[in-house]
Amino acid sequence: MSMEIAIPQPVERETYLNKEYGVWSWLLTTDHKRIALLYLISITFFFFIGGFFALLIRLELLTPAGDLVQADTYNKLFTMHGMVMVFFFLIPSIPAVLGNFLVPMMIGAKDLAFPRINLLSWYLYIIGGVMMLHCMLTGGVDTGWTFYAPFSTNFSNTKVVEAGLAIFVAGFSSILTGLNFVVTIHRMRAPGMTWSRLPLFIWAHYATSIIQLLGTPVLAITLTLVVAERALHLGIFDPKLGGDPVLFQHLFWFYSHPAVYIMILPAMGVITEIIACFSRKRIFGYSFVAFSSIAIAVFGFLVWAHHMFVAGTSVYAALVFSLLSYAVAVPSAIKVFNWTATLYKGSIHYDAPMLYAFGFLGLFTIGGLTGLFLAALGIDVHVTDTYFVVAHFHYIMVGGAVMGYLGGMHFWWPKISGRLYPEGWARLAALIVFIGFNLTFFPQFLLGYMGMPRRYYDYSHMPEFQVLNVLSTAGATVLGVGYLLPMVYFLWSMRYGKPASDNPWNAAGLEWMTTSPPPTFNFDEEPVVTWEAYNYEELDAPSHAQEVPVAG
Amino acid sequence: MRRRSPLPDSTLVGLHHEEEHHPELLHHFANAEQQRDSSSLGMWVFLATEVMFFGGLFCAYLIYRRWYFPDFAAASKSINMALGATNTAVLICSSLTVVLAVWAAQTARRTLLILSLIATMLLGVVFLGIKGIEYRDKFVEHHVPGASFSFENEPVPGHPDQFANPRHAEIFFSLYFVMTGLHALHMIIGLGIFAWLLYAAWKGRFTPEYHTPIEIGGLYWHFVDLIWIYLFPLLYLIDRHP
Repeated sequence: MSMEIAIPQPVERETYLNKEYGVWSWLLTTDHKRIALLYLISITFFFFIGGFFALLIRLELLTPAGDLVQADTYNKLFTMHGMVMVFFFLIPSIPAVLGNFLVPMMIGAKDLAFPRINLLSWYLYIIGGVMMLHCMLTGGVDTGWTFYAPFSTNFSNTKVVEAGLAIFVAGFSSILTGLNFVVTIHRMRAPGMTWSRLPLFIWAHYATSIIQLLGTPVLAITLTLVVAERALHLGIFDPKLGGDPVLFQHLFWFYSHPAVYIMILPAMGVITEIIACFSRKRIFGYSFVAFSSIAIAVFGFLVWAHHMFVAGTSVYAALVFSLLSYAVAVPSAIKVFNWTATLYKGSIHYDAPMLYAFGFLGLFTIGGLTGLFLAALGIDVHVTDTYFVVAHFHYIMVGGAVMGYLGGMHFWWPKISGRLYPEGWARLAALIVFIGFNLTFFPQFLLGYMGMPRRYYDYSHMPEFQVLNVLSTAGATVLGVGYLLPMVYFLWSMRYGKPASDNPWNAAGLEWMTTSPPPTFNFDEEPVVTWEAYNYEELDAPSHAQEVPVAG
Repeated sequence: MRRRSPLPDSTLVGLHHEEEHHPELLHHFANAEQQRDSSSLGMWVFLATEVMFFGGLFCAYLIYRRWYFPDFAAASKSINMALGATNTAVLICSSLTVVLAVWAAQTARRTLLILSLIATMLLGVVFLGIKGIEYRDKFVEHHVPGASFSFENEPVPGHPDQFANPRHAEIFFSLYFVMTGLHALHMIIGLGIFAWLLYAAWKGRFTPEYHTPIEIGGLYWHFVDLIWIYLFPLLYLIDRHP
């Protein structure tokens, strides 16, 4: 399917982009679409900062000797890479950008339920981000993104307090986004938009919001305790007093394991929309896909201690958490099977968003299955704290969440910007990202299985690891190019791209029934929904061919 | 643009509709009921996050209390039960004045509304004052965790021959200060909210049709009271003996 070219309008329509100009019309906006763009700019900034740290890590590991940076610097590099990427890019990525833009439009609302709180959440993100930047520029922090006590509370001499407070503030931004989504999805749906007619993107965001609401406060209190322990000399995790550092790990992972689902669930929502559109079919097993999102959110809260199998937890607890970790694979597998079944006998189009969706399917499956290796007690003990773990979670977070994010950005870019991106370049970029990603992270599975520990800057006692490390570093460079390309052509297309029609993909969903870009209140008249989601058979039926011409 | 159910041209109808809107109805809500329901649900969801926030602390408290029960009981005995009980009564009274405020707003009794809000705030200030006295006592007794902490030769309640382990007592006081400190912070935020409600009530913004801020501000206040209702027995009443 190639995108059609709209005939330029004689009079410029008023849209959310050209309604007002000037800095304050953006910085004080309560329009969810403008706030989404504010988030887009800020998380892209942090993505490249986190990427810069990743680049330095990969450069250091190019040779076995610790020659580029010192051990202390290396500790700070992987810590800040993790903190920036997790808390300032992945957690807000799809919900705060695509979710912010699309949740009200997909359910036929004029805005989120609390537009001013939405703006507040962006400001909290920025305050947290500025604190994090200040922390990085004035010395950084070296505890690992996990803040493990008692190193973080008693021993580290880096800026733990400031990093903790930065993440605390950014956490409230995440909570407020989740709160806004839950209330909006409950209360703001257009007439006729029943729960069973909601796009699965909405179900995925609903499940994500539940995790953000119930998980993030626990991280907030945990970081509060770490900060109080360092700054005020309280002693809750301090072993000198009889405090328990393992309690810190329990509290930390109670949030930070579900946080993985904050990253992956929205990406699953994106992929569902893309796969249905580019196979021109109703999604297979709608209610199974919808409820598997909720099941992932619920089960996700019950598996945290699988991060602690070697931390001295009891064998019986470990058995239960291992079993529950297997259970969480079931709803994930349901999704993968349903996506595959949707593709079956579909009329598949290989546009750039679909290429990302295919990439997601393969990489998420590998990431998920290796997660089962790690949920098995015996294998986990063998590969704990090795590159196997690093490879596994990058397959989920980068191969899964970032692929979903990029796929979604391409899919909805015509709606967001009103312009078409260059399709040829986009397909090339998707291919480069896929190749670069696998080249970077597949060797890390092998390295980890052979025993290379994570967080080491020097492996000169094991020079045989160098070949795989060189491959990984080479892959990271390719991946970097793959990430820069979309940024360049998206910016280019804002000025030079062809104007997009209202529905360039001939996709189902309310967001495609308004103009591109949409007006400030999304719809000229309140939509009334009388059809099920993903009615592609109807859309492609001959009677609609004249209304919505499909080219190609 | 393709539409499934073409609507009549509603531009003019819409405009007339706009004029009838209550001035407090925000543009993106269809009607006042939707706005009220959304605000109320929003506060309930926020309170769920607060439960999880304090939940982490309660979890830590329960684990250490189980491990170090005699030391926790001894440390608990050193805090002033009479002041804690007074504060509990003060907060329960403040919940009553909040309920009165909501009722006054519903029934358009402006004077009663303003008086109830002022009474609530006064009770809140009394609570914080008493809390301040308790903190000062702990400071004087060297029960604040840190370098100057001291809890030597304190007998375990019910076991006069046994002394509490000062290190474990220090964990109790760490939890005591974090839990009551965060609760006090919530009280201060609540006072800010009620100051704003008082200002708006003074200006006559609340009517029987529109008093959602009083309702959801009240929800928040009740929640903060409820946290204290749990904190009081957990911190003050461990294994008390006459």
